[in-house]
Amino acid sequence: MADAAKPATLFEKIWRRHVVVDRPDGYTLLYIDRHLIHDGSYFAFQRLKNRGLKMRRPDLSFGTPDHYMPTNTRNKEDVTNPDSKRMVTGLAINGAEHGVTVFDIGDRRNGIVHVVGPEQGITLPGITLVCGDSHTSTHGAMGCLAFGIGSSEVTHVMATQSLWQKKPKTMRIDIDGALGFGITGKDVILAIIAKIGTAGGTGHVFEFAGSGIRQLSMEGRLTLCNMSIEGGGRAGMIAPDDKTFAYIAGKPYAPKGAAWDKALVEWKALPSDAGASFDSDVRLSGPDIAPMVTFGTSPEDAVPITDRVPDPSTAKDATKREGLTRALAYMGLTPGTAITDIKIDRVFIGSCTNSRIEDIRAAAAVAKGRKAVVPSWIVPGSGIIKEQAEAEGLDKVFKEAGFEWREAGCSMCLGTNGEIGHPQERIASTSNRNFVGRQGKGVRTHLVSPAMAAAAAVSGHFTDVRRMKV
Amino acid sequence: MAQDKDPQEKVPARKPFTSVTAVAAPINQANVDTDQIIPARFLSLPREKMSPHLFRDVRYNDNGSPKPEFVLNKPAYKNAQIIVAERNFACGSSREMAVTVIQDNGFKSVIAPSFGDIFFNNCFQNGVLPVMLPEARVNQLLRFLLELPGAEITVDLPTQTVKGPDGMVDTFEIDSFRKDCLLKGIDEIAMTLGYEADIAAFEKKQRSANG
Ligand code: SF4
Repeated sequence: MADAAKPATLFEKIWRRHVVVDRPDGYTLLYIDRHLIHDGSYFAFQRLKNRGLKMRRPDLSFGTPDHYMPTNTRNKEDVTNPDSKRMVTGLAINGAEHGVTVFDIGDRRNGIVHVVGPEQGITLPGITLVCGDSHTSTHGAMGCLAFGIGSSEVTHVMATQSLWQKKPKTMRIDIDGALGFGITGKDVILAIIAKIGTAGGTGHVFEFAGSGIRQLSMEGRLTLCNMSIEGGGRAGMIAPDDKTFAYIAGKPYAPKGAAWDKALVEWKALPSDAGASFDSDVRLSGPDIAPMVTFGTSPEDAVPITDRVPDPSTAKDATKREGLTRALAYMGLTPGTAITDIKIDRVFIGSCTNSRIEDIRAAAAVAKGRKAVVPSWIVPGSGIIKEQAEAEGLDKVFKEAGFEWREAGCSMCLGTNGEIGHPQERIASTSNRNFVGRQGKGVRTHLVSPAMAAAAAVSGHFTDVRRMKV
Repeated sequence: MAQDKDPQEKVPARKPFTSVTAVAAPINQANVDTDQIIPARFLSLPREKMSPHLFRDVRYNDNGSPKPEFVLNKPAYKNAQIIVAERNFACGSSREMAVTVIQDNGFKSVIAPSFGDIFFNNCFQNGVLPVMLPEARVNQLLRFLLELPGAEITVDLPTQTVKGPDGMVDTFEIDSFRKDCLLKGIDEIAMTLGYEADIAAFEKKQRSANG
């Protein structure tokens, strides 16, 4: 048993509280407080059923279909692919059978699973949360331990409400000093990944700390933790503070009354103790971070907007050189091209990385009074965000500027709902992966923040949003 | 909609993993992501229809004809059961199909300097053995396999060794928990259900703490 007096990290405190069994071989059976499911969990339900098992704690599971539903309709009958339709409709059917709360298509609370959890107060500080999706790291922004699992593990959690885990290592990533004007969580995380590489955090749980992080809104923190997985991290976490508590207060599934007061006392004890040590430490200077744009086919291929497409011959080793050469060929880019000279064909603003109200406001501020010169989509993260944006008149701003205002869902982030780009189309996207073929076969994805995506939409090429009058 | 009319996923029975001696296919590219291994548009297919789509977009032309230069299309690697890859293999999404599609194409083990964390875990869930070896040694193995197409490698779990085409033997690390589960073909869910009393006790303790 760890010494209670020894300074502990946020991660360590949550881990300790969830140990069901510690085995001598170093494996821990970890209790899972919340399990989020989505339409992609279809096969896990099947496996549970095939084995004749029941869900142990359906009351701790919440579902929302998001990956396979098109975002131009709210009618499930419009899903034409029978395999996709089975998954979209299957969630509510399985949910009803097992007694799981499902925010189905048509429910205003429906949306992307990683947007819905925090929005409903399902995601809370100090808990363990899993979901069969790698971007489950998002939820760590609320001060909890949240990580993605595979489909076999989803069935395991359904049956046992626990998981076998080996304790990961910890890495503290400090952002020192205030972020500059117009710098968002997206720019911060892209700068971090550019520094540590996509495998930089393998086997680690990140804790993001420092004044640059405290300054971020909850939306910005969610964006930051969302892409921990792109830095190789198992999870990303941020210590809960007054911003966290204010965000949670009054959310439908958050504790209320006396339970709230009690929870608050516990949550305030969660931040890492002074003197707690991490397996590794990384530091970035907050004021030095600029709006970032990716140029290649890995999220680590990110540079400031003021920079140029790098020359592969300057890469540090042969593997990197080959990778860069291949990436630039796929992306159709010439070394030395100024990022601001790259013309784009399409814009996608959405995904669990950047589809929250603040993201939509930031994009609207740029779009207002201007005109999109390429097809540009805005896909809110949930029905509630869509409603709120409409109440603020943002949908009108977008429509006047020629943007397409759509229903909630994953949409063009992954395209499993059929919403994909054309081969060789160049997309400025607020999603999280610029992998080869991610947004459709041959599609060239550049990852940016919502404001940068909107700036690209109205100018037709990447533009430093800091230079635009917003 | 009647669920029982759905195609049922056919999961092969868990076989114990001990040792494999087989042709190894070199994938000499770093950061191969799960979107390349199995593109998203195939993810809603039932498992038995997915296997032809392994590496779909890098393996086949638009008209469906195989690209002769892609390693898995070369006759020498037809019976390969081992993959040797560069660092950060199968990074990206949590899709377990990245493992099962590799498995359903006859592969039993993947050797690389490092893996995406979730893929690494998913391998064990399906009885595929992921082996981490130092980058320098993996690069050496890749060179051998490229120069001698069809060369064999032995991956032996009981002794935790990999024997290369050059006869050199390397040992690898594996947790005793994972090793045991693979060797015995243990099903994790069945095993964990054996801890039911501990889980129930934990829940009781948590309930009283939250009173
Ligand atoms: S928005 Fe994209 S990354 Fe997020 S859950 Fe959906 S498909 Fe996955």
